[in-house]
Amino acid sequence: MPTREWPGETLTRVPYWVYQDERNYQDELRRIFEGPTWSYVCLESDVSRPGDYRTTFVGEMPIVVVRGEDGAIHAFENRCAHRGALIALDDCGSTGRHFQCIYHAWTYDLRGDLVGIAFEKGSHGRGGMPASFCKAEHAPRKLRTTTLCGLVWASLSPDAPPIERYLGEEILGRLRRVLDRPVQVLGRFVQALPNNWKLYVENVKDTYHASLLHAFFGTFRITRLTQSGGIVVSPDGGHHASFTIDRADDAVSTAYRDQGIRSEKDGYRLADPSLLEAVDEFGDGVKLQILTVFPNLVVQQIYNSIAVRQVLPKGTDGMELHWTYLGFADDTPDLRRLRLKQANLVGPAGYVSMEDGCVGGFVQRGAAAAPDAVSVVNMGGEGTESQDTRATEASVRGFWKAYRRYMGH
Amino acid sequence: MDSASSLLAQLTQLNAEYARAIDDDRLEEWPAFFTERCVYKITSADNHRRGLEAGIVYADSIGMLRDRVSALREANVYERHTYRHLLGLPAILSERDGIVRAETPFLVARIMRNGDTAIFATGRYLDALVEDDGALRFRERVVVCDSSRTDTLLAIPL
Repeated sequence: MPTREWPGETLTRVPYWVYQDERNYQDELRRIFEGPTWSYVCLESDVSRPGDYRTTFVGEMPIVVVRGEDGAIHAFENRCAHRGALIALDDCGSTGRHFQCIYHAWTYDLRGDLVGIAFEKGSHGRGGMPASFCKAEHAPRKLRTTTLCGLVWASLSPDAPPIERYLGEEILGRLRRVLDRPVQVLGRFVQALPNNWKLYVENVKDTYHASLLHAFFGTFRITRLTQSGGIVVSPDGGHHASFTIDRADDAVSTAYRDQGIRSEKDGYRLADPSLLEAVDEFGDGVKLQILTVFPNLVVQQIYNSIAVRQVLPKGTDGMELHWTYLGFADDTPDLRRLRLKQANLVGPAGYVSMEDGCVGGFVQRGAAAAPDAVSVVNMGGEGTESQDTRATEASVRGFWKAYRRYMGH
Repeated sequence: MDSASSLLAQLTQLNAEYARAIDDDRLEEWPAFFTERCVYKITSADNHRRGLEAGIVYADSIGMLRDRVSALREANVYERHTYRHLLGLPAILSERDGIVRAETPFLVARIMRNGDTAIFATGRYLDALVEDDGALRFRERVVVCDSSRTDTLLAIPL
């Protein structure tokens, strides 16, 4: 039997069983996704009018998110209190003032309270629910919701702190920097990945791999570890933001060629480089920012390609990544077209994200017979502090610091 | 053969050649099916129905198509696989002012290096074709996939 032990206190060693063990996964669902965390669920604009709803998941719990008659956003488990069927059956929609389960027509208001039962008093004086049955005692679980920067999060736990405190000042600032005005959805896509959810989250936090795995990056000078920028890690380690600043003197760096690394390709030029003509729309020279919020959200700004990515775990060895590509309501036609072209860099067919789709599966398969072996996370030292270099795995160690705290390891 | 069935024969042959070029790994021949200024986009039926413009692949010039091929050959890394296109009949929607509009359904299987064979995508091609430099070429080919979901990644164009 594998031991399921962590190799001591160090954050630099991660045992592979965490990506494989079924009981550990069930613990994650309870302690993290149903615990004192905030899971991103949808955009505020997805539920703009009363009755507008969206279905999604918190961990593996199906939920409904709906705009109430009072204007507040409610969320509740998508499970009928009667026999457990899904209440809402579509990705999104607009209901009146009620949801009704198709099975026996049990009816819920927009808060998820049970308000109606078909044949509650029976038929022709016979049958019906017992007099002692109290509707108020039967309802699917409710989640708290919170909204910030046009994003909606939900939590099952009363102990999740207010979202501003959950994020911390630095991450909050980095989020506000990008999502400071009303967004518009440009498209939605789903990517099914054959790996444990944590492998994807680590990959996003890992600034070390970016210009090594993704040759497109290195070759076209979108980002290199030799460019200036850095990472910000939240105090508890769970959230991070990495960023790259445009600087004039990067043109002459030969650090890559000197190391003979695959991603440096001389003579490889784009026939139509217009997708790389970025506009400094945020006015601060930061042309790339990847931000993660524990446990399930990524907010990207890659040049002018802006998107949110929602991580949904599906078992120990699978997950879904829900991409929402965004623009702003005040985009000019030219900026809008630039965003559509730059979207070639990201998503399931992305020039720089394509490899992120398969590399998690390579780890899942590579470690299949080595549950007690460990991953080595030593780049940039042993800590989780913010750094002014991206040649570090500090934000990956930060993830494990937060993870182990929630999991009680 | 009358002109309508002649056009259908032309479209059928063109689609068959398009699929062969991709499935036979002659990707360098793929951009030549398009005009200089063109639109090639891969999106989902849901996005298309809602008028949402983004695609997971989006090209508006033949240069961008060549770059997609170069990236696959020179930069991107992914596990070896091939496609098999199975195409339905082209439906000619209109022929007006030198532009032929047609819709052709497709099913693409993806075969991984270990032999796993799966339906990777189904959908329809929404095409605008014109006579260009002696041949019928795509001025627009919008690939509308029935599903919004991609398994792992999409590397080779559809």
